[in-house]
Amino acid sequence: MTENILNVNKVSLSFGGVAALKNVSFQVEEHKILAIIGPNGAGKSSLLNVVNGVYKPQKGQVIFKGKTWKNVVPYEAARSGIARTFQNIALFKGMSVLDNILTGRNLKMRAGLLSQAIYLGKCQREETNHRKAVEQIIDFLQIQHIRKTPVGRLPYGLQKRVELARALAAEPELLLLDEPMAGMNVEEKEDMSRFILDVNEEYGTSVILIEHDMGVVMDISDKVVVLDYGKKIGEGTPEEIRNNQEVIDAYLGVAR
Amino acid sequence: MFYRESGQLKTSYQEDQALLSITQDRIGLLLILIGAFVLIPLLASDYWFTAILIPFLVFSLAALGLNLLTGYAGQLSLGTAAFMAVGAFAAYNFELRVPGLPVLVSFILAGITTAIVGIAFGIPSLRIRGFYLAVATLAAQFFIPWLLVKVGWFTNYSSSGVITTQPVEIFGYVFDSPVERYLLVLAIVSVLALLAKNLVRSNIGRAWMAVRDMDVAAEVIGIKIMRTKLIAFGVSSFYCGVAGALYAYVYLGSVEPDGFNLDLSFRILFMVIIGGIGSIMGSFFGAAFITLLPIFLDIIINDGAALLNLKLAAGITSVMQLLVFGGLIIFFLIVEPLGLARLWQITKEKLRLWPFPH
Repeated sequence: MTENILNVNKVSLSFGGVAALKNVSFQVEEHKILAIIGPNGAGKSSLLNVVNGVYKPQKGQVIFKGKTWKNVVPYEAARSGIARTFQNIALFKGMSVLDNILTGRNLKMRAGLLSQAIYLGKCQREETNHRKAVEQIIDFLQIQHIRKTPVGRLPYGLQKRVELARALAAEPELLLLDEPMAGMNVEEKEDMSRFILDVNEEYGTSVILIEHDMGVVMDISDKVVVLDYGKKIGEGTPEEIRNNQEVIDAYLGVAR
Repeated sequence: MFYRESGQLKTSYQEDQALLSITQDRIGLLLILIGAFVLIPLLASDYWFTAILIPFLVFSLAALGLNLLTGYAGQLSLGTAAFMAVGAFAAYNFELRVPGLPVLVSFILAGITTAIVGIAFGIPSLRIRGFYLAVATLAAQFFIPWLLVKVGWFTNYSSSGVITTQPVEIFGYVFDSPVERYLLVLAIVSVLALLAKNLVRSNIGRAWMAVRDMDVAAEVIGIKIMRTKLIAFGVSSFYCGVAGALYAYVYLGSVEPDGFNLDLSFRILFMVIIGGIGSIMGSFFGAAFITLLPIFLDIIINDGAALLNLKLAAGITSVMQLLVFGGLIIFFLIVEPLGLARLWQITKEKLRLWPFPH
């Protein structure tokens, strides 16, 4: 039996008078891919922000790996094994691809300030070891040819891939992907879907995915949660969601 | 032609991550070091040491300190001169009140003192950023010199506020001739520059740049924003403090709190901007540009006038110098907003491919 890695329990979040999330609950099973879909402004990104501690919900709890979170900040979320990518690419523009991904491993680096200033010895060994780990991710995502390029110079699709690489560098147990395929062409979407499935399979990482492309969502996710105006209006396997009348009315629509 | 990396294959990540991974760079650095440590002491005159080379090195160090904070960590500061003042007066007081303390130790202690002061003035950066932070650091710029004048203890109750530094003595050897002082500054600056380079290429440097480029993403991947920013203020102030101590002990010999004014802060900020934001080498380029150019302009204008048989009115040289200087700054910023360091980098990239364009 698989366990739930994440339990989101009756979470409500509002900004002033605007309720972004109303009493939302769902679970993520270990090693599974969960997709969150819904119209724009439905609260999908807010939900991710609650999960990794950027927003604090007014009501409800988030239980990650059996631990209920109290006043979690992003730092603690990252340390307990949650990584994410952003809807608008949030790479470090002035740095190379390699440095961006290495930054993703910052929590695993131990050398102190003085040791880093002297560099030789402990710090150098550490840098080299982490470089090895990063190179594996670079191989995995097939971005070897751009490893020394400043990310600002890369095309959009590759930037998205680098962002995924940075998230993977932390070796997360739960990966939050906020529209990883937005603005991509079909080929890039196929690549990205393949990478997400590979990550899920090879590393056993659980994934929460926000995506608008229904084809992709139905293909790769194990479970789908539908949000509309901050409320959960549907949950189930892709097949169930496809036939859920409420979801069709709110979001999917009907082919005429 | 000579700057090629073809044939230099790297077989380990360690080699790839080396400070200078290309042989030509290593040779180049070696030549520069030989030139700075051996040739210049043999060739240069006392005027060059005291009026040009020592201030150039001291300002390079200060610019380097500010560059770590502004260029790498993205926190704009206008308090550099004030932090230099803290360093100068801290070193003075350590020497004064702890008899027999080696001067290098008091330089380091001065740096640490400045780091603590810098961290204190960096606390507003946790809430505000950009121009607002710059204004907040102005508080340091006005408060610290005022405090140094107001509290007589800092200046050892000197009536004018001027302090005269103790002789620079290391292991019983007094560094007092210009060339000795030059070599001392050069050694300190070289070591500190190497340490800074190491910092920016390891974890803390990446964290600084991450906070600079995208703080939300940095936080989400586990960087502690508060800690990272305060470390940046601390390290940067350490460098400025040591630069201030050298400014007092090695360059001027006697300083007063009012000498560390906003003008000086701006000068150092200009060095960083012109030299290259976010570049260790750029700090040196910028310091060279700002300290050397006025001198060269002076020579050119005077010689040019003499050559053309023009009689220049008194004071016109300095006005012309300012005009040309200002014009050149604007010119360089338009041509390359990322500074001289970027121009240097582009040159290197071109040289690598020469004679082919791609």
